Amino acid sequence: MYTSLTDRRSFIKKMAVLSAMTAAAAMFPGILFAEEQEAKIPNSENLDWKKAPCRFCGVGCGVLVGIENGKAVAVKGDPKSSVNKGLCCVKGYHSVMAMYGKDRLTKPLVKKNGKYVETSMQEALDLIASKMKETIKDYGKDAVSIYGSGQWTIPDGYVASKLFKGCIGTNNVEANARLCMASAVTGFMTSFGIDEPMGCYDDIDHANVFVLWGNNMAEMHPVLFSRILDQRLKRGVKVIDFATRTTRTSMASDKSIIFKPNTDLAVANAICYEIINNGWVNKSFVEKHCTFKKGLTHMGFGLEDKYAFTDKPELIDFEAYKTFLKDYTPEKVEKISGVSAKDIKYMASFYGDPNQKVMSLWCMGMNQHTRGTWINNLVYNIHLLTGKISTPGNSPFSLTGQPSACGTVREVGTLTHKLPHGVVTNAEHRAHAAKIWDVPVENIDPKPTYHTVEMFRALDRGEIRFMWIQVTNPMVTMPKLKRYRDATKKEGRFIVVSDIYPTPTTDIADVILPSAMWVEREGMYGNSERRTQYFEQMVEPPGEAISDTWQLVEVAKRLGFEKQFYYKKETHVEEIYNEYKKHHEGKKHAMAPLEVLKSQPGAQWPYVDGKSTKWRFNSKYDPACSNGEAFHFYGNPDGKAVIWQRPYEHAPEEPDNDYPFWLNTGRVVEHWHTGSMTRRIPVLHQAMPHGYVELNPEQAKVMGINTGDKVKLTTRRGEIILPASVNERGVPEVNHVFVPFFDEGMLINELTLDAFCPISKQPDYKKCAVKVEKV
Amino acid sequence: MSYLKRYVMPIKSYLAHPHKNEKQALINALSGIEKCEVIPSENKDLLIVVTDTDNNLEEDHLKEQIESISSLKLLVMVSGFDTPKSK
Repeated sequence: MYTSLTDRRSFIKKMAVLSAMTAAAAMFPGILFAEEQEAKIPNSENLDWKKAPCRFCGVGCGVLVGIENGKAVAVKGDPKSSVNKGLCCVKGYHSVMAMYGKDRLTKPLVKKNGKYVETSMQEALDLIASKMKETIKDYGKDAVSIYGSGQWTIPDGYVASKLFKGCIGTNNVEANARLCMASAVTGFMTSFGIDEPMGCYDDIDHANVFVLWGNNMAEMHPVLFSRILDQRLKRGVKVIDFATRTTRTSMASDKSIIFKPNTDLAVANAICYEIINNGWVNKSFVEKHCTFKKGLTHMGFGLEDKYAFTDKPELIDFEAYKTFLKDYTPEKVEKISGVSAKDIKYMASFYGDPNQKVMSLWCMGMNQHTRGTWINNLVYNIHLLTGKISTPGNSPFSLTGQPSACGTVREVGTLTHKLPHGVVTNAEHRAHAAKIWDVPVENIDPKPTYHTVEMFRALDRGEIRFMWIQVTNPMVTMPKLKRYRDATKKEGRFIVVSDIYPTPTTDIADVILPSAMWVEREGMYGNSERRTQYFEQMVEPPGEAISDTWQLVEVAKRLGFEKQFYYKKETHVEEIYNEYKKHHEGKKHAMAPLEVLKSQPGAQWPYVDGKSTKWRFNSKYDPACSNGEAFHFYGNPDGKAVIWQRPYEHAPEEPDNDYPFWLNTGRVVEHWHTGSMTRRIPVLHQAMPHGYVELNPEQAKVMGINTGDKVKLTTRRGEIILPASVNERGVPEVNHVFVPFFDEGMLINELTLDAFCPISKQPDYKKCAVKVEKV
Repeated sequence: MSYLKRYVMPIKSYLAHPHKNEKQALINALSGIEKCEVIPSENKDLLIVVTDTDNNLEEDHLKEQIESISSLKLLVMVSGFDTPKSK
């Protein structure tokens, strides 16, 4: 991975410059560094700048794409975007290069006698439709499935849901956001009865203290992290990094606190204990706006096929909750978590101080957790007990990793139990969807089928026979990967993959469809702060590539659903969005009109009377509040938020004599997720050409391991050899290792465990037991 | 040189605020310092300074040198890469 030190160093220098530019832009809106920003922009009067949301992460930076002679040639931050204030991170700056990799898929490929043969798009779509018909006829409607993505545009996800749930009548619709955001969703649903953050990025400009819960923002959300650092320069805000590993975020924070894996549950309870014990509870807020509940415990981990769990919430009172917390005094939790009682009290003191505005931020650390729903609930508990919620600067904020994990997967509802508005189990919600979709209500099955892990297990068992995978790379990202890769190769399975480049997932396809990417088609994304953003088609897609939306529309027509898929090719995105908007009518989730999205860098729902809503559940800002009080948690029937009694429990697999290390996996700043796009951008690929295993420096010394040495990692699922990384970017604790997952040549998910949160069904990629040996 | 040794070479970025009406003087002074790059804002009294040194000692000396420039009002670090952690 160190073959190009010069490039890597110049890349790091560029990152340093970008960090400074981002901080400067937040301090002085409209500030220009023309020399640097425009250094690589072609000097041409013909350059036409068009706005779009960035293609990569869930922050949703506004960018301007420079078009010249039918090609996207440059990117710059959109100064009108309130998200990024004119700048973007290094991936964003290079994003258009991801469209022009040498091996773009340009023609449909069909596997014949073990070899891929080029075919026309019409023939490929005919084949897909006929295979779907045949599978439904032979095995039933629940034998066909679609697996999509938080990179699906809103129209992509919408037509997928309409086709499968509304027309075919199966709830076999899932998306990769199950792997990254499902615990955030169930956290919101169980605490507030409605999904997505109540606050927005403007909270950064108001908060005094930022607590990052297992969230390496410096690498994963660099633009937002720069905004926080800028606030430190301007207002002296505090940044506390609470994590299991020392990262660039820890290094830039005022305080780094390390905890043992899974014990964030205990620490969060200890903070609540401190808040109550010190009399810091906002009593009037809690009395007016909160209820207390407990659920089932020792739920298991979903390791067995067909695992099922339904929680049984039970109302409790404040005294019962207080008694429960006696097991979580800071001194007791110090022994569990490794976090000193002093540090627990330090964190609690900020939440408890009525003069401090606190923003909690998290992403995969809390969500990829076998008790992911619980830890989301527990952080909400802290904010609810102190009343630090839904006001500028007081904000529990779940960040997302994909450009439309919120906009498409969560809002359109491309998960097995969801509909665009509501859930399949609710008769009213089914009727509402059926009316808009123009299908008989009986078409919509009231029973959810398979969440993502179980969907691939069902493919293995043979219950699912046809799977269409769009805009995602599960043959890199599924945990316990070998089982699910082998499943796709079994006799009688038919796999369609729509993508822009060859990946390990296209390798298992029977049909590969070339897709139009990002601004090669028209669409919308929805970011982490409920902001929906539109982008027009700016350039032509290569070869026969077409959008995922239109692929689905064409197949739907071939399946006989012409009436429901009435859209015209020239206007289909507008028609689809206007139809989709009807699902969300009303003050709680109204979407902005398309003309508004076209005219500005997005709008935040609920969009009511021509205005975005920045802070939900606060009657000063949110027109959906109707109880006459300052706050109204209208997602729940009683209008109150829930403070949950959730205990600390162990992880499903912890280090032992045979596998004595913790294995943690994650991302790096240079690459976006599985690297299928960013590894085709030379500067990013050269900066980080392949995977590695990060070790604790002292332990590596004892083991005789230096940077670059080969290290074998073995778990109960498999083994892999990787080069060591010691004292470079991150520093794991003793008996911990960290491996990024971007490298398809070093598939770390061969080793991970397919345990998941029983409520959210989101797998835990952050914790399993591993043996580490020098080769 | 081992890779480990190479990677403790610090790269840091700073925001440099000049005294009133002394932006150009600050640009001139910073431009004359080795291992120090300057990116002035086009429309505000602010400069980005990037330092690229061989080790922490050299970085400290360089920072002292920058801080001694009379036209500099305030120097604030924004990012530092590959530096040892300070808890």
